Amino acid sequence: MAALLTVNNLNVVFSMRFGDLRAVNDVSFSLESGQRLGLVGESGAGKSVTGFSIINLISRPGRIASGSITFEGRELTTLSPEEMRKLRGDRISMIFQDPMMTLNPVLTLGAQMTETLLAHENITRRQAEERAVETLKKVYIPSPDRRLGQYPHELSGGMRQRIIIAIALLTNPSLIIADEPTTALDVTIQAEILDLLYELTVNERMGLILITHDLAVVSQVTERIAVMYGGRIVETGPTMAVIDNPSHPYTRGLIGALPESAGGQRRLNQIQGAMPSLYHMPSGCAFHPRCPLAMDVCAKETPKLCETGERGTLTACFKTAACEAASL
Amino acid sequence: MTNKPLLTVNGLVKHFDISGGFLDQLRFSEGKFSRKRTVVHAVNGVSFEVRQGETLSVVGESGCGKSTLARTIIGLYPPTSGTILYKGARVDDLSPKAMLPYRAKMQMVFQDPYASLNPRMRVNQILDEPLRLHFPNLNAIQRAERIAAVMDQVGVRPGWATHYPHEFSGGQRQRISIARALMADPEFVVADEPISALDVSIQAQILNLLMDAQDERGLTYLFITHDLSVVEHISARVAVMYLGALCELAPVRELFEAPRHPYTRLLLSAIPKLGGERRRSARIQGETPTPINLPPGCVFHVRCPFATDLCRVEAPTLQDYGGALAACHGLEENRI
Amino acid sequence: MWKKFLASHFLWSFKRDWVAMASAAVLVLLLLASLLAPVIAPHNPYDGTNVDIMEAETPPVWMEGGTSKFILGTDAQGRGILSAMLYGMRTSLMIGLGAVFLQAFMGILIGLFSGYSGGKLEAFLMRLADVQLSFSTLLVAIFVGAIFQMVFGVASYEQMAVPLLIVIIGFAEWPQYARTVRASVLAEKKKEYVEAARVIGLPARRIMLRHILPNTLSPVLVISTVQVANAIMSEAALSFLGFGMPVTRPSLGSLIKSGFEFIFSGSWWITVFPGILLVVLILVINLLGDFMREALNPKLYKGA
Repeated sequence: MAALLTVNNLNVVFSMRFGDLRAVNDVSFSLESGQRLGLVGESGAGKSVTGFSIINLISRPGRIASGSITFEGRELTTLSPEEMRKLRGDRISMIFQDPMMTLNPVLTLGAQMTETLLAHENITRRQAEERAVETLKKVYIPSPDRRLGQYPHELSGGMRQRIIIAIALLTNPSLIIADEPTTALDVTIQAEILDLLYELTVNERMGLILITHDLAVVSQVTERIAVMYGGRIVETGPTMAVIDNPSHPYTRGLIGALPESAGGQRRLNQIQGAMPSLYHMPSGCAFHPRCPLAMDVCAKETPKLCETGERGTLTACFKTAACEAASL
Repeated sequence: MTNKPLLTVNGLVKHFDISGGFLDQLRFSEGKFSRKRTVVHAVNGVSFEVRQGETLSVVGESGCGKSTLARTIIGLYPPTSGTILYKGARVDDLSPKAMLPYRAKMQMVFQDPYASLNPRMRVNQILDEPLRLHFPNLNAIQRAERIAAVMDQVGVRPGWATHYPHEFSGGQRQRISIARALMADPEFVVADEPISALDVSIQAQILNLLMDAQDERGLTYLFITHDLSVVEHISARVAVMYLGALCELAPVRELFEAPRHPYTRLLLSAIPKLGGERRRSARIQGETPTPINLPPGCVFHVRCPFATDLCRVEAPTLQDYGGALAACHGLEENRI
Repeated sequence: MWKKFLASHFLWSFKRDWVAMASAAVLVLLLLASLLAPVIAPHNPYDGTNVDIMEAETPPVWMEGGTSKFILGTDAQGRGILSAMLYGMRTSLMIGLGAVFLQAFMGILIGLFSGYSGGKLEAFLMRLADVQLSFSTLLVAIFVGAIFQMVFGVASYEQMAVPLLIVIIGFAEWPQYARTVRASVLAEKKKEYVEAARVIGLPARRIMLRHILPNTLSPVLVISTVQVANAIMSEAALSFLGFGMPVTRPSLGSLIKSGFEFIFSGSWWITVFPGILLVVLILVINLLGDFMREALNPKLYKGA
């Protein structure tokens, strides 16, 4: 079947006073209806910028420098702001980390929910309210009709995130982009929200892009995973294949550093150094200064994603994958 | 590790009055004015001891009072009631002057490495302060040597001592923050979520650093966190808190293999496991209570699947179940 | 390093803002001119031997009857307007800066102390600030000035006018500083570096002065520009009303006042030129203040 979303060689650049910062480099991936993709990386890896650029929420000085984004057969990078606005919140919805930032504190939940519907569809206020209650039921909010009159501060953090998800679902979108949707929540609430997202994508056949730093969260919800480092995808493939058998040294390091990977030993396996900032991106493979397997070529050339021989995973590494350097 | 208690907390209570000034407290209802106070019941009667040389972790979700507990123990907040004993001597009611010797022995590492270092001070000035105060007979050269030695130990190049905090990455700043806590040669360190603001690949570095420092200096840690996988790795014993009360306190193996309190069970079942089976978790029932409106009886009864009428009226106390302490009527009655 | 960083961002935004650059250039020029007044002024307006009553109300040089001796004309006593303006600006700036130093000193101390200690003392000091602010500066100044003149006589008032005005304007406006500083102290006090300093056991005085104070100074710097402009305006207003600088030692305000009586007899220059100078001075200070407010906004310069 046709892909719901295809991102091809996406490059996002931030133009600063001292020159361009390349936040996203040659990122490509695709997603089918009902599929769940995890975009994993640490802060500064470019995962959120990638997510934002799909719905063109990159604000100046950032801009999409090149590449194409195709959604339901339409090219998104060339859409006018007005067309993009119609698409956003209708066919594509976004869920952010902090529910308090997304909800307007002085409007009732009912007003905020119907507002979205009335903006995108030609229906009466009463119909909109019915739809809102309907959607609140979908996200298991107790006594949904009472909620429409409430204000955001009257709800707990977990409830607010449910409301955000409900607002995202209102227009029956075919793609949801969730940026760290559970990071601000407690573990017990996080588990509930992840369950909910999983169930909704299965029942409603929606695509989900889950942006997070938490490998465990990704492994619970998504089928495919893309690990980002320094603005590039360094490894991608079926989630379990990547997690059980990581081939990029960064993915290996990330998984190996988790306390549950330490086995019996007291010291954890740590990755040396820190994520480079966009201002000082190393040459070649961005990970090479921290990489235990780095070779001379790693500092000179940037590896592309190549096959690893492992159940459909691709890795950008000269050492652990069949990537060939041009100079060798 | 000995069983000697280094720190003993007895019936610690900490409430915050957030009702503001007199005018903010006034309420007008049913035709007359009344004065209403809003009180946050952050910690409600918590007792435990930290043993010499161990790592005791306190886990719980946001609003459970774990950070308040840490700050009250270290003396940043005066307790509302209850006592804190350090090596058998009361430290909760001391004047700043009488407290000074304990300040050197009890230190703290903070959560946010971006807020915990004064942006207008160089690293060597930050590290020099505890030395000047607690070791007044050291001269400038000796102090500089000590600073270099500790910076080396925490993995920050001593050559960077004259730089300002903003020139360091988050992980480096947290190392400097740890160095500041180690400067005065403490015995007991309270670590309040020391890794939760850091990137995943940095978390392991900082945990290793904390464990190394413990091995080298024989430190005792009170480790505050919400991350159960970290707790499992580093602690000897774990205390689970919910809404200001201690639910369970048990050796780490006991707790993870045979959790007793229903809240501990809920918490453990909710941790996302890397590549593990997806588990269905229970739905929220009703409203989650807050520390401002504490439910009567057992604070967990609103969310507890085993709650009975007794749980709704009477708060359970900690009971010993073969080395593990838990506060639950269901356990007492052998129902769970 | 930090200073270098601050300077680099500060300089960078400064260089892109031509309004700020022009204002700074004008201000520097004015400051230099007032500082060097004894050197560059064509005459010394305080020196009676230079003043010739026969030259009174000479119009500016480009008008009929003007002479090149007095480029901007003379006042009713025959003093050159240009010289009087240069000396007057000196007095105005001195009072303005002096008053702001006093305000800042009192306000920062009270704001820091009440913000850090909190409780009843804080409530008392801040209510005091509210009460103080509800009196108009001019009202207080007129009152104090009148009492002084009554008690010590007009002669010693002329002697003491400058320090007296500094004290009056300084006292009247300290709450501005106290409120600003207290607000940032309340924000800083909650940060973990202050808690860390307390855990180390540092005495409260050191935490306030060494840790909190340096982190509250950017807003202080910003309001200082506005306050200097306000203080100069207050002084000018007082002088204009006759409660400020005496005509024998004119400030810009008293120059404007002294010419005001003659504006209808045609000698407009006595009032208009000092007036223009006052407006320009206040304007450039305020424009620079606006620029600083933007450049020092921590939210804006996080990126670099």
